[in-house]
Amino acid sequence: MATVHVGHDENSREIPKAQTKKIWKTFWILAGITALEFLVAGVKHPLHLPQLFVIFTFLIMTIAKAALIVAEFMHLAHEVKTLIWSIVIPFTFIIWLVIALLVEGSTILSSHF
Amino acid sequence: MASTASVIEHPTTDLWGGGVEPLKASYGKLMMWFFLLSDAFSFSALLVTYGMIRHAHAAWPEGATLFSQEYWPIPELVFTHFPFTHANLPLAFVGLMTFILIMSSVTMVLAVEAGHRMDKKDVEKWMLWTILGGLAFVGSQAWEWSIFISGSHDGLKLADGSVLRGANLINNEYGPPAFADLFFFITGFHGTHVFSGVILNIVIFFNVAYGTYERRGHYEMVEKVGLYWHFVDLVWVFVFTFFYLI
Repeated sequence: MATVHVGHDENSREIPKAQTKKIWKTFWILAGITALEFLVAGVKHPLHLPQLFVIFTFLIMTIAKAALIVAEFMHLAHEVKTLIWSIVIPFTFIIWLVIALLVEGSTILSSHF
Repeated sequence: MASTASVIEHPTTDLWGGGVEPLKASYGKLMMWFFLLSDAFSFSALLVTYGMIRHAHAAWPEGATLFSQEYWPIPELVFTHFPFTHANLPLAFVGLMTFILIMSSVTMVLAVEAGHRMDKKDVEKWMLWTILGGLAFVGSQAWEWSIFISGSHDGLKLADGSVLRGANLINNEYGPPAFADLFFFITGFHGTHVFSGVILNIVIFFNVAYGTYERRGHYEMVEKVGLYWHFVDLVWVFVFTFFYLI
């Protein structure tokens, strides 16, 4: 806080240094998970991995990536708690949608396909 | 000390007097969040539909090498092309597209970060990179579509002796008609979002360059459009998993 004087000319104003360490850390984790997904996609047939195991693995990695993007890139983790919950809680409806369609899906579709 | 002072300075009646942000976020930012929430429902419905219709069809028989309209294709046999080469590279191009989109998400956060520091030059630079990434992604998707539509050289021989080549909304050489329909609809809906995002980013870039936000005193518009841009990346993470990996 040595220079209190702030000029109207934008060139005279001192710009703080960029803080990008956390951003790049998030990027490397995202890139790492994506690379892992490719690895699993590549070996799932040669190694005869069970389909349920593959789907479950992909699902966990996808949700991890999504959570990272929302928390860090979209900054939701650093918002007020009420805001976090008002975004996260409605997502339970999507879980309901998935379960409902999994349970009733084959009955609905067996008459169409 | 400071908190006690602020309580005395602002009586509780002020809470209902307006001008208070209970969620510590501006109206515009909140509405962007709720819009994205509703958009997430649209994409979820599309992806759940994909899972449901795929499940209703016969699965790819173990060891099969040919497409058939009798069963659902596996993505690593459909998406094998890469520009400027005829090599068989399953999912390599989608991998590149995923990388481009994650990268452009990173440059967008960097633009937001530069905005917090009121660094006009840096915001301009990172916004330009983000726009470039977005255009690269839309271009890649256009290439992917054209390959998908024109199809393979041999096509699919049907039982009546005719040959089915490429894909449209009625039938396709890769599998049941619904496969191409869902491909066009889901990646198309996402691609439209990316395209809208690129246009929004260009508008923001010009506002930054004209000094609109410098005069306003903050770069919050970059944050709001940034939320949209990250959401587009977020949706791709799911499309990538459910359409290309599983």
